[in-house]
Amino acid sequence: MLPAPFLNTMAALLTIAIFSFLYKDNPFYKFAEYLFVGIAAGYIVALEYHNVIVPNLWRPLVGGDLNLLVPFVLGVLLFSRFTSGFGWLSRWAIGLMVGTFSGLAIIGFAQGDLVAQVQANMLPLKTETLLGTFSNWVIFIGLLSSLVYFFFSKEHKGALGASAKLGIWFLMVSFGASYGFTVMSRFSLLIGRLLFLLVDWPASFGLHWLH
Amino acid sequence: MEKIDRRYIFLAILLLVLVPLLVPIGLPIRVSREVQSGYDAVAEIPDGSTAYFAADYDPATMPELHPMALAALDQLFSKNCKVIGACLWPAGPPLLEDALRRIGEERYGKKYGVDFVNLGYKPGNEVAMVSVGRSIRATFPTDFYGTPVESLEVMRGAASLTDMAILVNISAGYPGTKEWVQQVQSRYHVTMVAGCTAVSTPEYYPYFQSGQLSGLIGGMAGAAEYEKLVGKLGTATRGMDAQSLGHLAIIAFIVLGNVLYFATKKKAP
Repeated sequence: MLPAPFLNTMAALLTIAIFSFLYKDNPFYKFAEYLFVGIAAGYIVALEYHNVIVPNLWRPLVGGDLNLLVPFVLGVLLFSRFTSGFGWLSRWAIGLMVGTFSGLAIIGFAQGDLVAQVQANMLPLKTETLLGTFSNWVIFIGLLSSLVYFFFSKEHKGALGASAKLGIWFLMVSFGASYGFTVMSRFSLLIGRLLFLLVDWPASFGLHWLH
Repeated sequence: MEKIDRRYIFLAILLLVLVPLLVPIGLPIRVSREVQSGYDAVAEIPDGSTAYFAADYDPATMPELHPMALAALDQLFSKNCKVIGACLWPAGPPLLEDALRRIGEERYGKKYGVDFVNLGYKPGNEVAMVSVGRSIRATFPTDFYGTPVESLEVMRGAASLTDMAILVNISAGYPGTKEWVQQVQSRYHVTMVAGCTAVSTPEYYPYFQSGQLSGLIGGMAGAAEYEKLVGKLGTATRGMDAQSLGHLAIIAFIVLGNVLYFATKKKAP
């Protein structure tokens, strides 16, 4: 294991190299970018081998669990894409994956979103508190008007048009909230890197100048 | 205005973020209902019970998510809970390891394999989640270090997610909170608390409103609130002054941009 001061210095220099793009594109930025892509690819391969292929496939297979020959063969078939004559064989494995994920996604959406969210939005329009009543009315009107906005089978005129317009306002408020949260995320990343440069990097040399 | 070099804006933002990090202002942090509910949900599980800690994030979102992971683990270990940690993001295991060791081992003197474990990474997204719901050992036959999980004391009595008192998910996106709710919470009705990036927080509010999530910790602000609740102020709290000033700068830029836009529009023939 390399010493922490060396590793942190590497991380700090690479952070500065990436930040330098804000001034203009340059070779330091390019170097950091390519280095990251290369290391990430190598890391994934090593991780998949040690954390997945060996414990989940190879060890049980050589231990006598022959059922695992099925995923093993399907996995090998994926590599047939690299050949021109047998590339079609990979479609079996891909088909199985697409089918499994589609099935899980549909069940998950039906259980977790559709039924649960419809249930959650059947709210009493009169509650014990004024704030509760107001909140439920906002959710009720916002939900209906937003749904009307996405109803395209009839021209948005008259009451339907007014409701759709109200729906746009609700959608705009939600987009605004999303934008605010996005700004918070981006600032967090900048703050994280600056704290690393100001606190963690010097601390690895025993320098605790910022408390 | 269009001719202004955008690097001046970058510089202004940098200074506005840098100054409060060097000279903290100490702006107040108010705990929101979502974070308080998450804290209460963890507080309500029996002392010494087992929690599943799904650390689905990577270094790119570390400033937002690592502080809330540390705070949530602090609360769990303070209740002598056993923690089974795992990741569905490939770069997650070293971060989970850091969080478990720093809080579990160094702060509370807990032992690896006895009080907590890092099961490492598994691919498969929703498939892996459903598999964990059925059997943790079948999904993770070994831990992050390659040790068979049957040999670990912490795994006794922890066959599937239904044996867990709570599921805490720290999520940077896909696969994450949405998929855990869809595939596991709605299927096994496990108590679930989610901590997520600010970008994805609005998407998960309906899950909190419906009660599918018992708590929702959103972004650095949520992490700072959680740190306040557990009484261990960390990097999220430290970053909140800069966060607030940064937001004020963005508001000022938006107002200025709109004023100048309408002013130049009026002048145009």
